[in-house]
Amino acid sequence: MGDAYQRQAQAPQKSKGPLSTGSEWTFELIDRYYGEISRIAADFELDTYPNQLEVITAEQMMDAYASVGMPVMYHHWSYGKHFLQTEKGYKRGQMGLAYEIVINSNPCIAYLMEENSITMQALVIAHAAFGHNSFFKGNYLFRTWTDASAIIDYLVFARHYIRQCEERYGIDAVEELLDSCHALMNYGVDRYKRPPKLSVAEEQARQADREAYLQSQVNELWRTLPRRQEEEEKVERKRFPSEPQENLLYFIEKFAPLLEPWQRELVRIVRKIAQYFYPQRQTQVMNEGWATFWHYTIMNRLYDEGLITDGAIMEFLHSHTNVVYQPPVSSRWYSGINPYALGFAMYSDIKRICEVPTEEDRQWFPDLAGTPWRPALEFAMKNFKDESFIAQYLSPKLIRDFRLFAVKDDDHESKLEVSAIHDEAGYRDIRRKLAEQYNLSSREPNIQVWDVQTRGDRSLTLRHTQQNRRPLANTVHEVLKHIARLWGFSVKLESCDPDGRVILTYECKMEKRHG
Amino acid sequence: MAHLIDRRLNGKNKSAINRERFLRRFKGQIKEAVARAVKGRSITDIDTGEKVSIPVKDVSEPVFGHARGGVWESVHPGNKEYSRGDRIDRPEEGGGGSGSGKASQDGEGEDDFVFELSREEFLNFFFDDLELPNLVKTQLTATQAFKNIRAGYSTDGTPSNIDVVRSLKGALGRRIALTAGPMARLNEAREELDVLLETREEGDPEVDALRDEIKSLKTRILGIPYIDPFDLRYSNRVKVPRPHTQAVMFCVMDVSGSMDEQKKDTAKRFFILLYLFLTRAYEKIDVVFVRHHTQAAEVNEHDFFHARDTGGTVVSSALKLVHKIIAERFPTQDWNIYVAQASDGDNWDSDSVTCKEILLGDILPLTQYYAYIEITEGEPQNLWMEYEQVKAACAHFAMRKIANPADIYPVFRDLFKKAAAHA
Repeated sequence: MGDAYQRQAQAPQKSKGPLSTGSEWTFELIDRYYGEISRIAADFELDTYPNQLEVITAEQMMDAYASVGMPVMYHHWSYGKHFLQTEKGYKRGQMGLAYEIVINSNPCIAYLMEENSITMQALVIAHAAFGHNSFFKGNYLFRTWTDASAIIDYLVFARHYIRQCEERYGIDAVEELLDSCHALMNYGVDRYKRPPKLSVAEEQARQADREAYLQSQVNELWRTLPRRQEEEEKVERKRFPSEPQENLLYFIEKFAPLLEPWQRELVRIVRKIAQYFYPQRQTQVMNEGWATFWHYTIMNRLYDEGLITDGAIMEFLHSHTNVVYQPPVSSRWYSGINPYALGFAMYSDIKRICEVPTEEDRQWFPDLAGTPWRPALEFAMKNFKDESFIAQYLSPKLIRDFRLFAVKDDDHESKLEVSAIHDEAGYRDIRRKLAEQYNLSSREPNIQVWDVQTRGDRSLTLRHTQQNRRPLANTVHEVLKHIARLWGFSVKLESCDPDGRVILTYECKMEKRHG
Repeated sequence: MAHLIDRRLNGKNKSAINRERFLRRFKGQIKEAVARAVKGRSITDIDTGEKVSIPVKDVSEPVFGHARGGVWESVHPGNKEYSRGDRIDRPEEGGGGSGSGKASQDGEGEDDFVFELSREEFLNFFFDDLELPNLVKTQLTATQAFKNIRAGYSTDGTPSNIDVVRSLKGALGRRIALTAGPMARLNEAREELDVLLETREEGDPEVDALRDEIKSLKTRILGIPYIDPFDLRYSNRVKVPRPHTQAVMFCVMDVSGSMDEQKKDTAKRFFILLYLFLTRAYEKIDVVFVRHHTQAAEVNEHDFFHARDTGGTVVSSALKLVHKIIAERFPTQDWNIYVAQASDGDNWDSDSVTCKEILLGDILPLTQYYAYIEITEGEPQNLWMEYEQVKAACAHFAMRKIANPADIYPVFRDLFKKAAAHA
């Protein structure tokens, strides 16, 4: 009797029977799945924003895809291009559409595609509505940099404003400016300062003030009234800006001599949106890994409780396995490390280290081994970005499992060199190098505003600091044209070695303006 | 519970405007591609979309990035054979792992950006600066107009759409149905009471019981609501597309002995082009095929181009027939009428004058546009001479000569070029 009772307590409760048996979904069914999934998520103490699930068609998914996944976005030809690209791939069956898009907003919006089977809908709900959602709410970068409750409103404001500009100044003028801003989007973020949170109402109220103020600042800087000769000579010319500026868009918004107030506002809009996406670019492995970990855990729990059928769990596993497959470097499908695979493996590994640590784990992760897994995972999710997450948690076991190795490619050498592999000597090396690979500031060229000729020809000088002798790609010429368009005068870019010696100079000359 | 929203019905084509922006931006390249496509295929299958390719460098959005070179160190999965310190050959492309992200997936160079124009988009570029002349009754924008028409009743809707009569009828029916039982019993009970009162006194238990029953039946009947939400009916309206413009196109062709297969083919292509052009402007378009030698007949498309009977030429027979068909079937207040006539210009001498008279007196006043093409390599014939007088008298009559298929499109463009260009 006692024995039987105990077994019952341990075994999952299969009493309820599956929620559904076919693959068709209905709204009522989604609601029931959502109920069960949110109950399980609550059991695991996932803290999320409220969810809003939206059922959309494949075509709408492509639409959403094309405008960087946002439900409201201003119009631009490049989103049309992305749409055409996606559509082409989808129609030829080259790629499945992502079955989900999720938006870092409050409430958190997750899209469910009409075509999905009910099992896939459950997967998406677990993955997006609870996985990504809790990540958005928990991770420090998102907490610091994004305001989930205001983003949709801000985008509405931005679209409206840009449409007005198109009406007033013509589509071409707006498009040109946006093209140039987009070229600098990755250089439109503050890495260290934290933006104040503003509601739309405040945003709109402040906008007029801002226009006037910015313009006055610019005028101050470019004041053309001649100073008295002797005064001029006494003062040694100081570099402006006195410190190099990494946020090019911000610098342009603030100081570009010839921009109209509305143009400054457009620069600002692109900058704000770039800033909003900045955390996503730094947490891909963590974010996808976290969502994947939770869909895996939740779906398995659903199965253990008898809420989904054998067929459903097979379907789920099929799709899950595809998502976390990591082709080896020798495969023709290899295109770098799959963030889903790596992230999922890392969170699963943290859980393993907590629950069943080996001797090696105890040495490498003394603070982790044998502790409760749930808080450990929570901590890992909240306080890192990809770079530091890998530096902190990539275990020797995973390095072996993935058979990771590092290759050094030095163009002064005739051959590549295998600089570390998955052995005792290589673990730390591999971990450090892989982490570095996710360091945004080493992935993108380091380019900053260096100097402005405030008196002379008003030209702008940027500085590129080379790392490891890596040259700039040819696109630099085109990008400089974009910068010159925004700046209004000639733009120079100096490529320097780490000691600050100028090695190479690119320049985009602006013809003298008439008038 | 989750907030679950069905978005499938709204905003289907959210990206359409971005797509449009894209096409707009690359208009020049796309037009060239379309022109090439037109050359490469027969006009008969022009009625589909087209694949267009644009050099990748034109559509790319440049950002700062790294080129290969310098020192790169990268971590990869799936080591099979290497040990630390191994030196390996540099792979041809990619592989070594540049961090610049754009490492092409299969080692190929950059392809063109290829995408499909829809039929509509293709034709837009194809007809880019053409416009139907004399657009008296319609506009070129082929936007669909809808009209609301009544479609019975529905059980829900907005208060303003409540159909009072229908709702009250329903309520009445319900009340009759629901009160029938108690009402019958009530009448019975009243009769019983009358009968009873003849023999019994007031206060008798049976009398009281009956009075109680009558009272409760009355309450029950009164309790049935006069109108219930269940009774409400709303007038239902559905949107149906309204063909706000319609057109008929007459294809008139000379099939006399001198019109050989090649000339017919040329004419056919011209008609196809005209047909495509008109379908773009009109939602509904009828085509009437009229062939003639000495006699004219209305035929189907197949016979129009393929029937073999032939004979001499009397053009006026066809024009009379056209006029008759218009009068019988296509009232001008409802139809935009276009006529395209193709001939080699060889007509029965005295008939050409008759043709001129029929055109000026009967047909041209009814039509939007009349295009005559003479398919010949030789000198103009007598029909041409007469038609020149028609042209002088009437602005929406046009005539051109086509010597070979290559002329079709330029002539077509010329015939249908923007009205503004005439002015």
